[in-house]
Amino acid sequence: MSTHQATSTKAGRIPPKTVEIRIRRREKPDAPQYWETFEVPYKANLNIISCLMEIQKNPVTKDGQKTTPPVWNMNCLEQVCGICTMVINGRVRQSCSALVDPLLEDQPYITLEPMSKFPNVRDLIVDRQQMFDHLKRVHAWIQIDGSYDLGPGPRMSQEEVAERYAYSRCMTCGCCLEACPQYDGDQYIGPQAIAQVRLFNMHPSGKITRDERIEAIMGDDGITNCGNAQNCVQVCPMSIPLTTAIYEENRETVIYGLFGWLRR
Amino acid sequence: MAGSNGIKIAIVGGGLAGLAAAMKIAEAGHAVDLFSVVPVKRSHSVCAQGGINGAVNTKGEGDSTWEHFDDTVYGGDFLANQPPAKAMCEMAPSIIYLFDRMGVPFSRTPEGLLDFRRFGGTKHHRTAFAGASTGQQLLYALDEQVRRHEADKKVTKYEGWEMMSLVLDDHQVCRGLIAMNLQTLELKAFKADAVIMATGGPGLIFGKSTNSMVCTGSAVSACYQQGAKYANGEFIQVHPTSIPGDDKLRLMSESARGEGGRVWVPRAKDDRRPSSSIPEKERWYFLEEKYPAYGNLVPRDIATREIFQVCLSGMGVNGENQVYLDLSHIPADVLDKKLGAILEIYEMFVGDDPRHVPMRIFPGVHYSMGGLWVDFQQRTNIPGLLAAGECDYSIHGANRLGANSLVSCVYGGFIAAPAAIEFAKNVQRNGSDGSNIYDQELKKQEEINGELINRKGNENQYKLHEEMGKTMTDNVTVVRYNDKLQETDNKLLELMNRYNNISINDSNLWATMALPHARHLKNMLELARVITLGALNRNESRGAHYKPDFPNRDDENFLKTTIAEYSGEGPVLSYEPVDISLIKPRIRDYSHNKQETAKATTIGDTSPDKSKSPLDAGDKSITK
Repeated sequence: MSTHQATSTKAGRIPPKTVEIRIRRREKPDAPQYWETFEVPYKANLNIISCLMEIQKNPVTKDGQKTTPPVWNMNCLEQVCGICTMVINGRVRQSCSALVDPLLEDQPYITLEPMSKFPNVRDLIVDRQQMFDHLKRVHAWIQIDGSYDLGPGPRMSQEEVAERYAYSRCMTCGCCLEACPQYDGDQYIGPQAIAQVRLFNMHPSGKITRDERIEAIMGDDGITNCGNAQNCVQVCPMSIPLTTAIYEENRETVIYGLFGWLRR
Repeated sequence: MAGSNGIKIAIVGGGLAGLAAAMKIAEAGHAVDLFSVVPVKRSHSVCAQGGINGAVNTKGEGDSTWEHFDDTVYGGDFLANQPPAKAMCEMAPSIIYLFDRMGVPFSRTPEGLLDFRRFGGTKHHRTAFAGASTGQQLLYALDEQVRRHEADKKVTKYEGWEMMSLVLDDHQVCRGLIAMNLQTLELKAFKADAVIMATGGPGLIFGKSTNSMVCTGSAVSACYQQGAKYANGEFIQVHPTSIPGDDKLRLMSESARGEGGRVWVPRAKDDRRPSSSIPEKERWYFLEEKYPAYGNLVPRDIATREIFQVCLSGMGVNGENQVYLDLSHIPADVLDKKLGAILEIYEMFVGDDPRHVPMRIFPGVHYSMGGLWVDFQQRTNIPGLLAAGECDYSIHGANRLGANSLVSCVYGGFIAAPAAIEFAKNVQRNGSDGSNIYDQELKKQEEINGELINRKGNENQYKLHEEMGKTMTDNVTVVRYNDKLQETDNKLLELMNRYNNISINDSNLWATMALPHARHLKNMLELARVITLGALNRNESRGAHYKPDFPNRDDENFLKTTIAEYSGEGPVLSYEPVDISLIKPRIRDYSHNKQETAKATTIGDTSPDKSKSPLDAGDKSITK
């Protein structure tokens, strides 16, 4: 088939008959982790979700042992809901947009692991509630008077909108937190929430309640814990300028720390 | 916790419609229990890209909410009840302004005002947009406002809980629901003074669609099986160009054809050569050949039908359900400038570069115009049960206009919320305190789960789902024949029979995907019959519903809403008149301006000439 040929030309190799997938599994939260290896028939343009679906239909390991089907989260499959994030060949990313062909260029098999910074529910499923709690904590919203008809919002230039748009695309997937060497539960709030502070502090109406957000990232686990590793910006699937957000908000918190009391 | 006056409303679904309703109810000071299979921020609304319609007339084009209303009704081939469609169009500008105030980064004009662009089915710049991710941005704005109410303890979220059934009292009044925790499989009864369904579309009935994986229609089917009427189920919108995948169909924007993309397949049926090795004269540009005037830019339903039939006849690329959408003749720098973002999507998911290799596309099930029957206040026929968004049938008639889905979700939520509060305030319980109805329904659901877990048959639940998806996609989408529809219903009955012989394929029930899927599968099969039999019994062609054996719109017999009611024997169909009190139905003809089509039409015109030219059929514009 044309696509096979195109793929094999690109990668400079003959496509394999099967794809070997090693999955780091866990039965339930307090159970130990273990690895299981599966094999699925190769097709052009397979993504990881399709492989998992294939395994799910008939959960048998590579050795022919019947087993339970691995479980994972999925929804939009267009890399915009963020739910199917996992660690693939050692790198955190969405499994819907992870294609098998390029993954096999580095090594002859594929490894799937749950994200390590969040409670592991079962197999590849993690609980990212802490990320939504962060949003609550930093007041990641515009304090509108009410949802009744009050006419349009403030005027803005397209440049201002474009800058906010970049931050507004955060899908709370957790890649940045998984890759951040400083983020570990409650020690550091992390780039995700800081970028949302930036998003709302830039908005003309959001600025009115700016101080609440700044204070929320100034505590012991606040913005100063950033170690400047810059991993976050490299793994962000939405190319959000996370390090810029951290820089800008760090500046805001310093100024607020020095002069904020004057405004009281 | 209950609100100040003790009223509590349960909302099922946390997409745009559900969150819109939650915000309004919390703002009115009442308590909300919000149920969602996934964290609400991950709902299917994020997939909408193109924009949201509202006639603000900021471009000096003489646009008006009436014009928007007329476009909506005309695009829907006059099957929509007109008063709610009109009310939606009138509310639309204020909805857009509200989202503007909530901080949605809508694109701007040089003056700093909201920018609007043109979409299918209209002559006006009426669509506000936030980059190429308007749905994501609107959903996030509501998610943020609802989180604010959650922080104030007015909204309680049950994310990772799935609704299994309604709790109805002896008077068939809705008093709450049963939901299942998807980690523990615990079933629990939740009391509510009213329930609002906002669960989106049923795309997974067709196996693969452009819908997200939560769009099973399962909860809505449960309501239907408990007595809620389901309306116009047969109206399913199919988008002409989606990217086939083993896991789902991803939408490819119409703008690819707008910028010069050409659709073709090899002329020879068994030509398996790579596209680049097929010379020009051995390529069949079937749209250009059949429709020289419009070429690749024929209206969407025509493009959809043609591509579908080419593949059905075995002419698809590699004999599969796919045709080429070719941009490779256009210089790469031109493509990057005009289509950069959508080319990246294709590259990301297919791995091929569409600047050099033709894209492979196929029509994909995209949207259900049908859904739970509701009155003009979004109330279903079950007292205390309301519905909003794609899961209700109002607004779009036989075909949805592009960029109308987001606005209809918010409108539906905004109408359902006060209607639910109104119901809760005024309901007379007639002495039935309902103390044991929760236990009874809970027990019933526990028995269903228990029986499923213990089934030891040899049917595979995922294979049954595949078979259902295939037969539905083959026979109940683009082109419909009565014999095939009857075969499909027989097949669905066979699958229901075989369903009794499945075994849950996961022995570890903690956070299992298998038991919830088995529950979905049963509900999807029931709803699939509603869609199929609705189509079988509608002997005309209207909007997205096309029967070659009945190519005309037949207003005399079918300017009616299909109503399906559940019985043990399957759906019982009846019909009710459509409210056409505001605009007289006229021939739907996109080869002429609307004004011209308006001239010679009167009510009851059965438009015998409608099928004369295939181009007469309408535009199935979809927000992209």
